Amino acid sequence: MSEATTQSENNSAAVKIPVLEREKLILNNRSYHWITERICGVVEGRQPFLWWILFIPSAIIALIGVVGGLTYLVSTGVGVWGNTNRVMWGWPIVNFVFWIGIGHAGTLISAILFLTRQNWRTSINRAAEAMTIFAVMCAGIFPAFHVGRVWMAWFLAPIPNSNAIWQNFKSPLLWDVFAVSTYFTVSLIFWFLGMVPDLATIRDRCKPGIRKFMYGLFSLGWRGGNRQWSHYEMAYLLLAALSTPLVLSVHSVVSFDFATSVVPGWHTTIFPPYFVAGAIFGGFAMVLTIMIPARALYGLHDMITMKHIDNMAKIILLTGTIVGYAYLMELFIAFYSGAKYEMAAFLYRIDGPYWWAYYAMMGCNVLSPQIFWFKKCRENLWVVMGVAMCVNVGMWFERFVIIVTTLARMWLPGDWKTYSPSDVDILTFVGTIGMFLALFLLFLRFLPCINIAEVKWTLKESDPHDEDKIAHPDDGVELIAAYQYELHENPEGAAKEAGHEGKPPTADKA
Amino acid sequence: MSIKVRRVYGYLAEFKNASQLYKAAEKVRGAGFKKWDCYSPYPIHGLDDAMGVKRSILPYLVFCGGVAGFITALALAYITQVAIYPTVVQGKPTNIFTTAAFFPVMFELTILLSGFTVLFGLLALIGLPRWNHPIFASKQFSRATDDKFFIAIEARDAKFSAEGTKALLDEIGGANIELVEDDSE
Repeated sequence: MSEATTQSENNSAAVKIPVLEREKLILNNRSYHWITERICGVVEGRQPFLWWILFIPSAIIALIGVVGGLTYLVSTGVGVWGNTNRVMWGWPIVNFVFWIGIGHAGTLISAILFLTRQNWRTSINRAAEAMTIFAVMCAGIFPAFHVGRVWMAWFLAPIPNSNAIWQNFKSPLLWDVFAVSTYFTVSLIFWFLGMVPDLATIRDRCKPGIRKFMYGLFSLGWRGGNRQWSHYEMAYLLLAALSTPLVLSVHSVVSFDFATSVVPGWHTTIFPPYFVAGAIFGGFAMVLTIMIPARALYGLHDMITMKHIDNMAKIILLTGTIVGYAYLMELFIAFYSGAKYEMAAFLYRIDGPYWWAYYAMMGCNVLSPQIFWFKKCRENLWVVMGVAMCVNVGMWFERFVIIVTTLARMWLPGDWKTYSPSDVDILTFVGTIGMFLALFLLFLRFLPCINIAEVKWTLKESDPHDEDKIAHPDDGVELIAAYQYELHENPEGAAKEAGHEGKPPTADKA
Repeated sequence: MSIKVRRVYGYLAEFKNASQLYKAAEKVRGAGFKKWDCYSPYPIHGLDDAMGVKRSILPYLVFCGGVAGFITALALAYITQVAIYPTVVQGKPTNIFTTAAFFPVMFELTILLSGFTVLFGLLALIGLPRWNHPIFASKQFSRATDDKFFIAIEARDAKFSAEGTKALLDEIGGANIELVEDDSE
């Protein structure tokens, strides 16, 4: 012991090693109780007026677009969609690939960032996982109705039937059925298990009644004992380890729908990684699109900080650049291959009747995220929101370009036909956007939108050796405060905010 | 005239923070208790060692679940595609050598059954869901999911005694020591 003491005394006399402090994930030294109050306050308080302004139109659009549009489709026939020979896939599959891609960011945040110990994920993983679930629900609608006779959709499942016909297990379309349904199920398990301790937190705060009954039911009687946490932590790790290859497989399998065909423009080996990068890219844009307003609406600035937004912007920059590389490589290989059908397919994309879709895709996906190289742009929420919107649009156009331009010009000139969507196509797609938003708003209303337990875990005092570290500080080290937007740009505001304890401001106002 | 019987669950003591809970847990373990637990609003890493809790056996269960999923998918694909109804689509045959084409489904079912095993295995291991628990009879316990840290020593433990256990909890720094008792029939 005495030796260690002399050692540290020597160190303190010597030159101290400068160490850059980690950026804070939770600002203003918030207490455990403050975190509970703020997150549960969103669920327990009355919703702000803006919530209703957003929810009512979303729900109406969902009802008209999805329920109305699909009822009309089923009662009339699939001819009401714009799908034509040869563009049999058209908008429904464009929308399917678009929505399924959106979901990937949620799993990336909850699984891959968990395995790589990125603790900043804790503030956004719950909402991102919810987004995954709702996006996959929106996605599932399209292939189910695209089979033509939706009441025959059960033929996709390997169930013994009176025709004694079995599914073709060599078909990517069947792989898709398994991949997407597994993805939805495992994501739902992950989301639900992650929420159990937080539902118990809300349950323990409720007065007896229907709310306590419901939260009690879904929190399964969670007590928060370490003998439970121990197994729970293992389960969470296992689910993360299972979800990581799963999420990479899902969009790979979706890309097999295209890549295993012998169609010019589709038959490339770059498709699986390119689709996965694109899915994460588009998904992060959607996380930003819904989390920036939610953060402002419920005053979650201390938990979803500019550091989180900065990190997400950097991931968008990275994946956007990968996607840009894939676009250019695809183009290069088409001409390098010397295959004239490949060349024709890409020339048609650039210079054909759908040139506007190709340039929308290139501009939104490749050029717009590049402004994230500049710190000022990542720190301006309007710029971040603008880029996220561009990416949302651009990723939809990417799928449009891949599917429609390719199918419109296949091998035989006799097949050639230009495609345009019908009103029902547009109505159903807009309906799924409404459905997605309405479900997300309901999630914000009824479920804890930030992972309470995990956010508490990231605090400094949560380390069981924190007191020892305070008692025995490392004298040989000099901590240098890291650059952090909120603390450097707005010191008075941060100090003022630190004095404010309690419920979210919006909950009081409404 | 009715007689009310109260069933004693055990002692509950509050600790100031994670560091205090950790040190107290080492002492309770040292005193030789078996049926006791630490309650915290978030998982405290390292507490397993302090308490002497063994590593979860869940990974072994999940491995079995995954193998079951893999075999199910292989059998499903092989039996339906090769044994019962060989489909020749686009001139591609179906036989044992086309197993490569069955891999995506085999992979997905492996993950799916592993995922289900995680969920149901976890619930079995932690004894949930259950509707109520005697510890919920404590008034202060509702803060365990918010910001308080507790140790509960159960009365069923062989070392439990009304005075001795209370004295131990007091000695290791426990506050608000409460005898948790539940109404019983």
